[in-house]
Amino acid sequence: MNMKKFLAILVALIMVFSFAACGDEETDTFADADLRVGYIFIGPINDGGFTQSMYEGAVASKEHFAGAMDFKYRENVTEDTQEVKNTGLSLIDEGCNVIIACSYGFGDAMKELSEEYSDVTFLHFSGSMKNDTNFDNWFGSMEQARYLTGMAAASVSESNILGYVAAHPYTEVQIGINAFTLGAQAVNPDVEVKVVYIGTWGDAEKEKNGAEELLNEGADVITYHADSTAAQLAAAEKDAWAIGWNFPKNDAGDKYLTAAYWNPEVYFNYVLQNILDGKFAPESYYGTMADGLIAIDKLNDAVPADVQQKIADTKAKMEAGEFEVFTGPINYKDGSVLCEEGKTLDRAGIWSINSEIDGVSASSTN
Amino acid sequence: MEIFLAACVVAGVPLLLATVGELITEKSGCLNLGLEGMMLMGAVMGFTTAYATSNPGAALASAALAGAAGALIYAILTVSLRANQIVAGLALTIFGTGFTKFVGQPYLGMAVPSDVTAVFAKTSIPILSEIPFLGSIFFKQDIFVYISYLICIIAAIYMYKTRPGINLKAVGENTAAADASGINVNLYKYVHILIGGALCGLGGAYLSLVRIPLWQEDVVNGRGWIAVALVIFVAWNPIKAFFGAILFGGLSILGMKLQVMGVSFSQYLFDMIPYVATILIVIVSTHKKNIESQPPGNLSVNYFREER
Repeated sequence: MNMKKFLAILVALIMVFSFAACGDEETDTFADADLRVGYIFIGPINDGGFTQSMYEGAVASKEHFAGAMDFKYRENVTEDTQEVKNTGLSLIDEGCNVIIACSYGFGDAMKELSEEYSDVTFLHFSGSMKNDTNFDNWFGSMEQARYLTGMAAASVSESNILGYVAAHPYTEVQIGINAFTLGAQAVNPDVEVKVVYIGTWGDAEKEKNGAEELLNEGADVITYHADSTAAQLAAAEKDAWAIGWNFPKNDAGDKYLTAAYWNPEVYFNYVLQNILDGKFAPESYYGTMADGLIAIDKLNDAVPADVQQKIADTKAKMEAGEFEVFTGPINYKDGSVLCEEGKTLDRAGIWSINSEIDGVSASSTN
Repeated sequence: MEIFLAACVVAGVPLLLATVGELITEKSGCLNLGLEGMMLMGAVMGFTTAYATSNPGAALASAALAGAAGALIYAILTVSLRANQIVAGLALTIFGTGFTKFVGQPYLGMAVPSDVTAVFAKTSIPILSEIPFLGSIFFKQDIFVYISYLICIIAAIYMYKTRPGINLKAVGENTAAADASGINVNLYKYVHILIGGALCGLGGAYLSLVRIPLWQEDVVNGRGWIAVALVIFVAWNPIKAFFGAILFGGLSILGMKLQVMGVSFSQYLFDMIPYVATILIVIVSTHKKNIESQPPGNLSVNYFREER
């Protein structure tokens, strides 16, 4: 063997071992934790939206458990059952005993894995599947936060037209639109909510175009149910108010009114404590304003003091369980009844909403 | 109405730049399907340069260079190494997407510095913007839009009125004949592939610097493919490309416009139209055998001098 070859092999070996050493160090602290959580994210962890809120929840939860919990994550995982399954398998292979899958389309893979790995707990965000032992779904009453942001929106609008950039005419989106409208009507019964469906969950230019069309039609407050904050940009450029969503990120400067967002550490702390104590049982967890999974950002000072007080009062009632967003009478915009007078919608009732209510102008063609 | 048409122009600008770039490339007989990748590379390099330097000129130059760098990979593969053009183009799209995610990751959600956005704010052109109707559609835009008008006009003059432009056409129509007449065929291909890439890069940068001055992972979102269709739709003509881009850009927002006006119409349907229209154009032009609307004769055929 000549010298050159020997050196090359030596260098290669040194590199291999130095990488292995790094890996060991990392897994050591991970292996020490009782709760070894693997997160599967659909987007990148710094997206300023949904995935970032989930990631920061995980970081906060790790701090909360001080050593008893550690986590790994995979970002940018597409909603392809085989890819999600492989991602889950690689996390389990690295020692995870809890898998938290943060997107609707990850459900089938979680169900399949939960059948194969009975000693791992699978927690799926949104969706409705669960089993009796190690597979649960979790979501929250975002309608409460949407309602409160609607109140804020109506209080600052001068044109009485509120704009709503929405992804698809789909139940989760329509619940948000309707709750926002009910909140706005509670402050100003004459307000109109205009909706544009852009036909995609995430296309920043379309989101901005949709917001601009709403602004051109007279809307002076913009909120959205789509991935990016592009709608906030459109509002700020035209000197209109913007309400954020998913994560409290201000891209509208002084014109940022508030945001409706997720606080997932609340759920992570709760469910992981249950797992740690051996008390975990699938329950289709539905977080609320009361437990803090759902939150709204600090209100802009432009919201009048009396409305600020009213929002605080409503929020307190929601937290005490004394306030239902969908309380009758509520009619759909075509005149059919969504909720009769004196009744309230339960969770199943809310999740069977399939159109917009009276006071919304939208032309959804499902 | 003017406001909506002005919005169509804005929505059309990235398509226009990419389409003019691609039709110049295709005129040299090279079918580069890597538009989406080159636009993304331009978008991310334009953004990061703007972020680092706060200099709009540097950002534009960097976006154009990034697009050209992507095109250079394609040119080396197809012109020098004679790889399959379709495969090389698709590979460039995949490469560009990954490159952009990798470079852009630390910048997600960050904003273009205000020095740069100020330069790209709406500026009316004196006199021209006073023209009734047309003025407020075309001449109350940002400087990037005016640059893209100029690029379109220069491309048309170059292709139809200059000697190199006519040589370019010869290279694309019959590479062997062009070679025999003394044209440096490979040089022409390289130059025009790189110009095409640079324009695609600028198209992407319009999205990341002007439209959405916050870095987003997939800011181009399929517009590169619409531009591929648009090249066929406008029959490789840069002047037609100007109107075609505004039309296709308009289609991407027409559904929303109708929704706000209270007309029930699905945006999904409008998102289909560019492709359906292109398929129809292909069918019609093939049927009519109209020379003007046929693709360059040697499009997507690699040239081997030794095989003549």
